[in-house]
Amino acid sequence: MNVKADLGASYLHSENIVVREIEGELIIVPLVSGIGDMEDELFTLNQTGRAIWEKLDGRKTLENVVAELRAEFEASPGEIERDVVGLTEELLKRKMLVAVQRDEASL
Amino acid sequence: MLWSRAIENPYCEKLNTAEAKLWKDKRPALESLDIELTERCNCNCIQCYINLPADDRNALRRELSTEEVKEILRQAASLGCLRLRLTGGEPLLREDFSEIYMAARRLGLRVALLTNATLITPEIARLLASIPPLEPIEITVYGMERDSYEAVTRTPGSFEAAWQGIHLLLAEGIPFIVKGALLPPNRLEIEWFEQWASTIPWMDRPPSYSVIFDLRARRDSTEKNRRIRALRISPEDLIEFLSRRREEYLKQMGEFCSRFTQPPGSRLFPCGAGVGGACVDAYGALQLCLLLRHPDMVYDLKEGSLRHAIEEFFPKVRQFKAQNQEYLNRCARCFLQGLCEQCPAQSWMEHGTLDTPVDYLCEITHAQARDVGLLGASEMSWEVRDWRERVRRFSGSGAIDQDYGRRKSTSR
Repeated sequence: MNVKADLGASYLHSENIVVREIEGELIIVPLVSGIGDMEDELFTLNQTGRAIWEKLDGRKTLENVVAELRAEFEASPGEIERDVVGLTEELLKRKMLVAVQRDEASL
Repeated sequence: MLWSRAIENPYCEKLNTAEAKLWKDKRPALESLDIELTERCNCNCIQCYINLPADDRNALRRELSTEEVKEILRQAASLGCLRLRLTGGEPLLREDFSEIYMAARRLGLRVALLTNATLITPEIARLLASIPPLEPIEITVYGMERDSYEAVTRTPGSFEAAWQGIHLLLAEGIPFIVKGALLPPNRLEIEWFEQWASTIPWMDRPPSYSVIFDLRARRDSTEKNRRIRALRISPEDLIEFLSRRREEYLKQMGEFCSRFTQPPGSRLFPCGAGVGGACVDAYGALQLCLLLRHPDMVYDLKEGSLRHAIEEFFPKVRQFKAQNQEYLNRCARCFLQGLCEQCPAQSWMEHGTLDTPVDYLCEITHAQARDVGLLGASEMSWEVRDWRERVRRFSGSGAIDQDYGRRKSTSR
């Protein structure tokens, strides 16, 4: 499935997963079927993925997320945007994120 | 953090906790938890070490409530537990099974369900299909036809019920594996069973079997223990059974012996019981393993917390040392201890103590060792001084070394 992320859109962690932090590791546990390629997969995010994940709160747009990360990390704007979009698309494909409608995000 | 350094890895990594090294620095205090939801069962299997009648009022009255189970699950998750095994008795006898299952999954636990499959309804199958357990369901199959199956379960209708349950799982595509229990009524069905098991999509290896049956874990019935003893396989038949794929068996034995043979000394728990894992009985007693119910070895979760039990109680218990002189003379000096099922739980079930040798286990372990040439015909393992060399030769060759055993035995 090819899913495109929209820089002007907001995204929220799906209710179809359980996110746990165990001994410093962020672990994503599928709750419903169809999350991973296989039924028994768990997922973890590396430091970069985690920094992005924690900003995907359903209110900030991806553009806001990129701007915040640019202030926090020493990396080129293009590099950060590419990472944010890449991870968002990966997580959308796995149904770990959901897009938030614009009127919901602005509430 | 340098951004460029952090993106060396993929953002999102798939984990298979059965294979991957999940924990980089520190392991969680609790990695897995077994909960025996009930000792009651709808079957009455001839070899069972724990089952009580499905309508046992005393058991029903004492069992943990739904909320008490959920509280234990919450505590387990807070300690980092990722894997939960729900067992029994028959766990699906609990009317609140679905609620407990959902609570576990919502806490982010993977759930392994151990069941006889007879109580898997279309509703249960739909639940497991929509909210996957993330671990294969484990089903013990007692026979391939009604007569053999129900000669074991002594429960009319259980054969059809089990196969109906299995077909519901197949129809919903819910991963499960099957296991056998090698008993007189089904001994002639092994090939049939294994051939059928190989058609199950999630069976990536031949099924495992219960072969050495435990006595009653509650020490609650002399009569049942007498029957279980009568069902136990003889050392000769065990060797024949284990050797049905001889080369594979020898290879596995060699690998196992190279890793797990050495005398344990007086430590009662050279095993991993209570390290990263724990078991809760149907009434809230925390145990190091499912079988060990000696009153000095259990912790009442209704009076304390899972964290306290794991951090304070278990480490103390694991320091216990054997006192029994016979144990110290035999088991403590036995290099085959890793191969033998002798442990405090077995001693408890057989003798009501923690450190009494169980002769049946000793006999079958010696028979296995003699069969592969680790011991001579009349040698006892605790008398062997050059056990390292024997294990090295056996494991290194990966093949049987019967001559060695014969030479040693005839030289005595």
